[in-house]
Amino acid sequence: MFFGSGVIKGMLVTLKAFAASYFRGPDKGGIFTVQYPEQRLAEKENFRNFPFLVYDKTPDNLRCVACDICAKECPPKCITIVREFDKDNKPLKRPAVFSIDHTVCMNCGICEEACPFDAIFMDHNFEIASTDRQGDLLLQKEALLKSNDYFNKIRPTDASAIDAKRAEAEAKKKAAEQAAAAKAAAAAAAPKLAAAAADKPAVPTEPPKTV
Amino acid sequence: MTTRTNSLKTTMQTSKNYEVRDPQSSIETQTLAINVGPQHPSTHGVFRMNVVLDGEVVTSLKPVMGYLHRNHEQIAENMSYAASMPYTDRLDYFNSMTNNFGWALTVEKLAAIDVPERVEYVRVIMAELTRLVNHVSAIGFLLNDLGAFFTPVLYAFREREKILDIFEEVSGSRMMCNYFRFGGLRRDVTPAVLEKIRGIVNKFPAFLDEFETLLTKNEILCMRCQNVGILPRDLAVNASITGPLLRASGVNYDIRKVDGYSVYNRFEFKVPLGPKGDVYDRYYVRILEMRESLKILDQALKGIPAGEIMAKKMLPFVKSPRNFKPPVGEAYGRVEGPKGELGFYVVSDGTAQPWRYHVRAPSFINLTILEDMCRGQKLADAIVILGSIDIVLGEVDR
Repeated sequence: MFFGSGVIKGMLVTLKAFAASYFRGPDKGGIFTVQYPEQRLAEKENFRNFPFLVYDKTPDNLRCVACDICAKECPPKCITIVREFDKDNKPLKRPAVFSIDHTVCMNCGICEEACPFDAIFMDHNFEIASTDRQGDLLLQKEALLKSNDYFNKIRPTDASAIDAKRAEAEAKKKAAEQAAAAKAAAAAAAPKLAAAAADKPAVPTEPPKTV
Repeated sequence: MTTRTNSLKTTMQTSKNYEVRDPQSSIETQTLAINVGPQHPSTHGVFRMNVVLDGEVVTSLKPVMGYLHRNHEQIAENMSYAASMPYTDRLDYFNSMTNNFGWALTVEKLAAIDVPERVEYVRVIMAELTRLVNHVSAIGFLLNDLGAFFTPVLYAFREREKILDIFEEVSGSRMMCNYFRFGGLRRDVTPAVLEKIRGIVNKFPAFLDEFETLLTKNEILCMRCQNVGILPRDLAVNASITGPLLRASGVNYDIRKVDGYSVYNRFEFKVPLGPKGDVYDRYYVRILEMRESLKILDQALKGIPAGEIMAKKMLPFVKSPRNFKPPVGEAYGRVEGPKGELGFYVVSDGTAQPWRYHVRAPSFINLTILEDMCRGQKLADAIVILGSIDIVLGEVDR
């Protein structure tokens, strides 16, 4: 081959790509980029961005119980949780303060994995540019709350699996309550038998050890 | 200001040790100390080279690093083992899957965790896809340094984007994957995704052929790369260089073959070696490695079994990684990253946090050889040699 043939062959490749950019589809060598703000690609279901809190039906019904597990697992420690107390200073199962600092969060998704109450999930919202660091990027509870319907909309597979799991747990809880109620009723019906059983001293299964 | 002049003075003094003169020039000239970087498009990040030039010839080159230091090792010693996983993504941000692999492998070695079969296969698939991503973009950026401004790199990025879409689909993020867990994976790979990977693997050879038509026999590339920045075999071994840089110098050392970690010993693939160790060999070894990676991917996709994606031993720690406490001891796990041997050394004192955590970063160690390769070369070639090492500053500085 003559000197320069490699360059010419390379030029032919670029010429072909140039022509393809006008006449071919995106998967066949044509233009595969999109004009972002006007055109958008479909979001991947598993795509994760900053976390949000899920509530059922009304915002008062949030699933978070302020257990602080996500805040402890969070690698960059961007979650702050303060538990709510009632008038008698008794701890309630809900957060008074729940804030996530978006300037610190690194979207790792560990909070979602660790949450035992299916309360915190990764969002799809990535358009969060702002000039106000405190107001728009240090998100408080009210801004973080999003409905379960929203969660079902952005991540249908995960959300439906979690809904099914929660419904099952709910059904089990109800069944257990009913069983307990039935048991209590049965115990009430036969108080003598129960009393006799209670009077009977427990038989130790093994002799007490001497230290 | 004073420190800067001092450092320039010292480089001037050291330059006298190497009396490298441009052989074509008969004019006696003064040496000239210049700074390349830290903010320069061809230094691949915030990296500085203190170069002393005699005319156009490099007589001394001191790499200055640390601009991107984020205290990764100390941070990791102050948090749970699992919490370090997203931080390893940010070491070599082009290859987060491989970084995850190395860290997971180390902790599994430390705590003696057996990994299910399916997990091993998915890990190998992800690691090899990462190698494709890294090598195409490394070659693209090398051509950028040569002056082929952004044409080859966009051909490379077109393919890279398809693979990053796969990563996003399985892990949730294109680059900061955080996908591996100790003893398993974050979530299972669906058959649809495996089908997509199969499509990529089938189409990739055609892209590589096109890429090679564009580049491999291009006279400009050959003239700029052949016999430039030769790294002798002995020097490469003595400086503990690893990865494509070492193999381009003709040393047959691939940790996938040497250790056979994960399930790599089940796959058939070759280790491409370069005859000379110049920039062109490094370019071509990467092309050949991608072809071998495709072979591994093909075999892995055929052989992937169904099954669990989490080791039984680690199931209790899925919901509470903070409570995972490996036994007292130490472990060094290493993988063949796209840039070289990526190793993690960890010492456990039985608590939930590592007592000592160290990363053997291939980019950093490969960079130590830069001066030896650049001395006597033109400044424009020093840029190309730096590009051929293929560094990522996130990993160099950590």
